[in-house]
Amino acid sequence: MAQTETHFHGEAASHAADHHGELPFWRKYVFSTDHKVIGLQYGFTALCFLFFGFCLVMTMRWQLAYPGQPLPWAWLAKLLGDTRMPGGIMAPEFYNQLGAMHGTIMVFLGVVPLAVGAFGNYLVPLQIGAQDMAFPKLNMSSYWVYLIGGIIMLASFFVPGGSAQSGWTSYAPLANITPMSHSLFTGQTVWLIGMVFLITSSLLGSVNTITTIVQLRAKGLTWMRLPFFVWSQLVTGFLLLLAFPPLEAAGIMQLVDRLFGSSFFLPSGLVVGGKALEVSGGGSALLWQHLFWFLAHPEVYVLILPAMGIVAEIVANNTRKPLWGYKSMVYSAVFLGFMSFIVWAHHMFLTGMGTVINAFFQTTTMIISIPSIIILTALILSLWGGSIRFNVPMCFALAFLPMFGIGGLTGLPLGLASADIHLHDTYYVIGHFHYVVAPGTLFALFAGIYFWFPKVTGRRMNEMLGRIHFWGSLIFMNGVFMPMFIQGLAGVSRRLYDGGASYLHAEHVLVLNKVMSHSAWALGAVQFVFIINFIWSIFAGRRSEDNPWQSTTLEWATPTPPPHGNFPVVPTVYRGPYEYSVPGSKRDFCPQQLPEGA
Amino acid sequence: MSAAIEIPYNSTERPDTGLYNAKLGVWLFLASEVMLFGALFSSYVLLRTGAQTWEHGAEILSVPLGTINTFVLIASSVTMVFSWASLQAKNLARFKLFMGLTLLCALVFLVIKGFEYRAKFEHGYLPSTSTYIALYFVLTGLHGLHVIGGVIVNSYLWGPGSRMWFTDPQRFTNRVEVAGLYWHFVDLVWIFLFPTLYLLPGK
Amino acid sequence: MILKDIMSAHIPEAAGKQKTIYIAVGAALMVGTIVTVAAASVHLGIVVGIIVALIIATVKGSLVAGYFMHLFSEKKLIYAVLALTAVFVIAMFGLILSSNADQQGRQHGIFQVPQRHVELHHKATAASASGKGEHVP
Repeated sequence: MAQTETHFHGEAASHAADHHGELPFWRKYVFSTDHKVIGLQYGFTALCFLFFGFCLVMTMRWQLAYPGQPLPWAWLAKLLGDTRMPGGIMAPEFYNQLGAMHGTIMVFLGVVPLAVGAFGNYLVPLQIGAQDMAFPKLNMSSYWVYLIGGIIMLASFFVPGGSAQSGWTSYAPLANITPMSHSLFTGQTVWLIGMVFLITSSLLGSVNTITTIVQLRAKGLTWMRLPFFVWSQLVTGFLLLLAFPPLEAAGIMQLVDRLFGSSFFLPSGLVVGGKALEVSGGGSALLWQHLFWFLAHPEVYVLILPAMGIVAEIVANNTRKPLWGYKSMVYSAVFLGFMSFIVWAHHMFLTGMGTVINAFFQTTTMIISIPSIIILTALILSLWGGSIRFNVPMCFALAFLPMFGIGGLTGLPLGLASADIHLHDTYYVIGHFHYVVAPGTLFALFAGIYFWFPKVTGRRMNEMLGRIHFWGSLIFMNGVFMPMFIQGLAGVSRRLYDGGASYLHAEHVLVLNKVMSHSAWALGAVQFVFIINFIWSIFAGRRSEDNPWQSTTLEWATPTPPPHGNFPVVPTVYRGPYEYSVPGSKRDFCPQQLPEGA
Repeated sequence: MSAAIEIPYNSTERPDTGLYNAKLGVWLFLASEVMLFGALFSSYVLLRTGAQTWEHGAEILSVPLGTINTFVLIASSVTMVFSWASLQAKNLARFKLFMGLTLLCALVFLVIKGFEYRAKFEHGYLPSTSTYIALYFVLTGLHGLHVIGGVIVNSYLWGPGSRMWFTDPQRFTNRVEVAGLYWHFVDLVWIFLFPTLYLLPGK
Repeated sequence: MILKDIMSAHIPEAAGKQKTIYIAVGAALMVGTIVTVAAASVHLGIVVGIIVALIIATVKGSLVAGYFMHLFSEKKLIYAVLALTAVFVIAMFGLILSSNADQQGRQHGIFQVPQRHVELHHKATAASASGKGEHVP
């Protein structure tokens, strides 16, 4: 393919030749049915939410490092107001709000929309040689429902009583009755309504993704020639499709509990504030936990699978050799997806379930670590004998491997019921899942942004700023999350307003709160390097050719940026996705869509 | 140079799967609906087994009205599948007749449900009364919302949507088939809801 | 096989046969409804009553799925999706109910805060709250 420079005039020029160019601005860029526009909409929105969610935790970390002390930035305290920060000191209720909303926003408004809505939407049709998703209008609706859900979520901060404050897990009975307010629409209620929108968006999106991958693969693109990224999106689609509805059911029941006084999750005999709760009772708080975790466990695989997909693409490309164990990785991803549905109660080991059922869930949890390990091992072995290029995407992808390794390994004691007795609801858990999601998934997503930026914009991001972003993030992420294991093992519980300051057993690890908070703020500062690089490069980055990384997969075979309809000529696929360094070939890569000998 | 995007396999089937896109799409969606109502039914079972007492459905709900509603939905399923068969036989007028009957049955169902709800409220049976009543309202309420959704889709296909018959008849037929699949599923859920809520003995 | 041909309705008399089948299924469903209502009025006891109701509902549901939704002549991929869903629904039902059954210190009517907790709280707050609070039928 000729490596000519492509001028980036925005979507307008490349669409001028086709029907799509006749659409008015708002139909082309706002209410667009083009999967690439929708993918970018998801991407920008999700990045904003991610940043906001991070700001929430940077605020929390002040309270954790310096409990009971007023914020040094008076303007921020004033902005937040006297209810949330009386005298500049964080109110406990506000701390709880920050905690619950940080989790919710990062998971449901940030990472999943970025990993699935942005990367999935943009890349899947391109990588399978399709012109768009199977249901473009449905795709558009999915984005707008997500945005509305996100706005509703944010609005919950402004209702009387504040936002949801019972953790992102919203356990009954606390979440049923908190926050207390005379107004009909309290923060928790608004949270539930927002969740209904977000779940709907995800469900519609997953129907689209699965149908697209099954039905719209190009000629010659058999299942075992799919890029691993596409496999990861397919499994993720099934997880979202089948695991979200029980949470939707639970959310509806909790809404009815809150708005109409039912007792789905309220047992009889509850006493609140000295008075017996005037409800019918007979409900089950554990029912909420079962239905919540039925989703929330597959949800964590939704968080990691697309990331593994991205890392796989970048590793294969930057080692200039095929992935080691592609088939094993595919079978592992499918098996992982299946197992993820039957492990959920390892989040409930301490709820009084009996030994038989605990043993069942412990067993399935141990089993599910196997496919994870297979995928990680295959990625690591893929490096062996490779001609490694240490560009910025590859740095992030390489760092993902040990970081996800730490996250995964620290999950094992949590999956063993007996060890979990000591570690449940401590900072160890927070350390574990953040390692997987933050220097894990988020690093993979950064890698993906740096990697596919040239295809989307026709420009390269700045390498120097990218490396600063990488090293800064790597060091400070570890600064934030490694001490959590130490604190957790010492017995410091999570969700403590003062970070453990009032507990004797936490005394010797309290100093780590300051270490973690300062690392978090430094981590935030480093992200500005990324933000500046990102925005600047869109307008003034070094121009890139169509296939700057010399990659084999189909998304690189389009003009830059890809026009409406993606492929000027519908591609036929002749080989697998990672034909790098094929013996006897002229170049060190053979693109999927080029016939033999080209 | 290139024309507007033409997504393949909307009218014809893809050879290796034997499906057109919307059919796969709707079955995937129905799979998620099975999980949704399945979760609610599991909640019913869990709450009932953990309760000391449980209402006898027939004493609170009207079995005659529930039975009539069951007949109404079954009839609407028959008319729905006939409306699709009419399009297969290239008869648009017949399609409109049967789709219209389907819509009529759906509206009758909703009206009867409305009567039932009002009677409950008048007798002081609210979600706050007991978990059984709460389950009744949530299960039938969610089902009712699905009926309303079906009414909206079917109305569109009966009305403005039927214009597609003149531009892409096969694709329109497929749309009606897919709407039918959704509608039959709504009927199927009711087939399980009715005995569970109305007919099961209490404890 | 024959079912498939009838469902395809490409043959004119097959289309007529297909319509007959739809009507027959509709009639069977109506009969099934009458049977299930009648069975409910006979006092079979709770367990038998539930099983009978479930069996009738499953038969009716299968008729709707198989004939109206054309499941009896559907493609393998659809069967695979539905089989997967069935596995997960059964797992959800089974594991939630087993977890419930395999409770530590399980007592009848477990969705009640243990009495001693209620009393302890009353002692602490010295408020005159009501007692066990059975739910109103």
